[in-house]
Amino acid sequence: MPLPYYVSPEQMMQDKAEYAKKGIAKGRSIIAMEYTLGVLMVADNPSASLYKISEVYDSIAFSGAGKYSEFENLRKAGIRHADLKGYMYSREDVTARSLANAYSQTLGTIFSQELKPLEVEILVAQVGELGKPNELYRISFDGSIIDERGYAAIGGRSEAIQVFLKDRYKGEEIPTLGQALALSLAALESVTNQKLPFEGLEIAVLDRSRGGRKFRRLSPEEARQVLA
Amino acid sequence: MGMFPDTEGVSFFEYLKRHHPDFLPVNRPWPETRASHGLGEAREPQLSPLPQGTTVLAIKCRGGAVIAGDRRATEGYQIADRRIEKVFKMDEHSAIAIAGAAGPCLEMAKLFQTELEHYEKLEGTQLSCEGKANKLGQMIKANLPMVFQGLVVLPIYVGYDQKRDEGRIFKYDITGARYEESDYHAIGSGGKDARNTMREHFRKQLSTEEALKLALLALYNAAEDDIGTGGPDMVRGIYPTAKLIMVDGIVDVEESRIRDQYVALIASRQKGD
Repeated sequence: MPLPYYVSPEQMMQDKAEYAKKGIAKGRSIIAMEYTLGVLMVADNPSASLYKISEVYDSIAFSGAGKYSEFENLRKAGIRHADLKGYMYSREDVTARSLANAYSQTLGTIFSQELKPLEVEILVAQVGELGKPNELYRISFDGSIIDERGYAAIGGRSEAIQVFLKDRYKGEEIPTLGQALALSLAALESVTNQKLPFEGLEIAVLDRSRGGRKFRRLSPEEARQVLA
Repeated sequence: MGMFPDTEGVSFFEYLKRHHPDFLPVNRPWPETRASHGLGEAREPQLSPLPQGTTVLAIKCRGGAVIAGDRRATEGYQIADRRIEKVFKMDEHSAIAIAGAAGPCLEMAKLFQTELEHYEKLEGTQLSCEGKANKLGQMIKANLPMVFQGLVVLPIYVGYDQKRDEGRIFKYDITGARYEESDYHAIGSGGKDARNTMREHFRKQLSTEEALKLALLALYNAAEDDIGTGGPDMVRGIYPTAKLIMVDGIVDVEESRIRDQYVALIASRQKGD
């Protein structure tokens, strides 16, 4: 049996990271943004049936960018994790932090042990209740996890979007749903350099004012009304 | 929790069965029927397919259905609980009412509720009314070994079928077979008494108000003749509970509305009309 060529660990990790980044860069972007009543999520997604944003639990939502088959598997695993925890303990014990940790562990393990890393970026959002703040977690392909405030972006042009939002999202003055949607739209349009029709967007909210399950999708019609 | 287990299914029940069987209400082995060590005679398992205690019922009405149940839990000749809840909302379009052993009943209600929500989130769409009724049947079938240990769980399922635009009522037997009822049904130890009342007064296309009134009357009559069924408790202010399953979703009937109905009913009985 021929001996495998020696590749240094540094080189190997660098190659994997480059590979994953290339895969993610091909995908479109997703923004999550806090507004007065909760968290708004907007994805540049021309498909009306293949979702990038999804409900996970009462106050938790998931979105994935990159390779569809990979983040779809992660989405399903997250829902199983949440439903199992809620069934075992109580509905209020299901938290975005624990879910984000599970994603971080999974992505980190796959990145270091598997030949091919996952070409995905994950966003986990939780709307805060009873005076608690909202939570936004961004998890990268290598399992690194970032706790965001105000807004978060994932996908191909996420860095450009973050630069765009940094100057325009005022932390001290939380935007209304209409303002947050307008700002998210402007950010997405700034990186695609074209006007995005509502039919090509996937929009959902985690609305604190709803009882029980807070997740709700906004139809293009509703989105138009929100902006009007 | 390390790596996520990778299963392809969309059923939370199957997921638990494969990965966490300890959490299932129904994972106990089939009971031994042989006598051990030659002491005594071999005891056959006692099969009691009828739940002890409880009356729960459902009635179809214009634009949906009413589902209702009494509040009493019994232990032999003792009352174990006066305000137990037997009618459960499962999702925006369906509810179940359960008769049987309290523990496994509550567990099955919780499991079925998680099952429906799990499917909806994974698939991005709700199960059909018929699909939910069938799934519940499979869960009751899985409970069969427990029935031989005396732990019966028997529900009535009521769902709003959005395709047909009507409320639908399903009853089950202990093997999990489901049977659709066209008008109304009641189960539990007082089920027969409640059915007798409903047979006399039921008409097609009742208004929701009339259907609710009939449901409460049937529960009242069942409580009069059955020790396992609790009637309205005016002293403590405990009343049967009811839900309306309509096109816009499920509505809990407020306690005050139920109380008013019973005050009127008792007043008319006292007058003797």
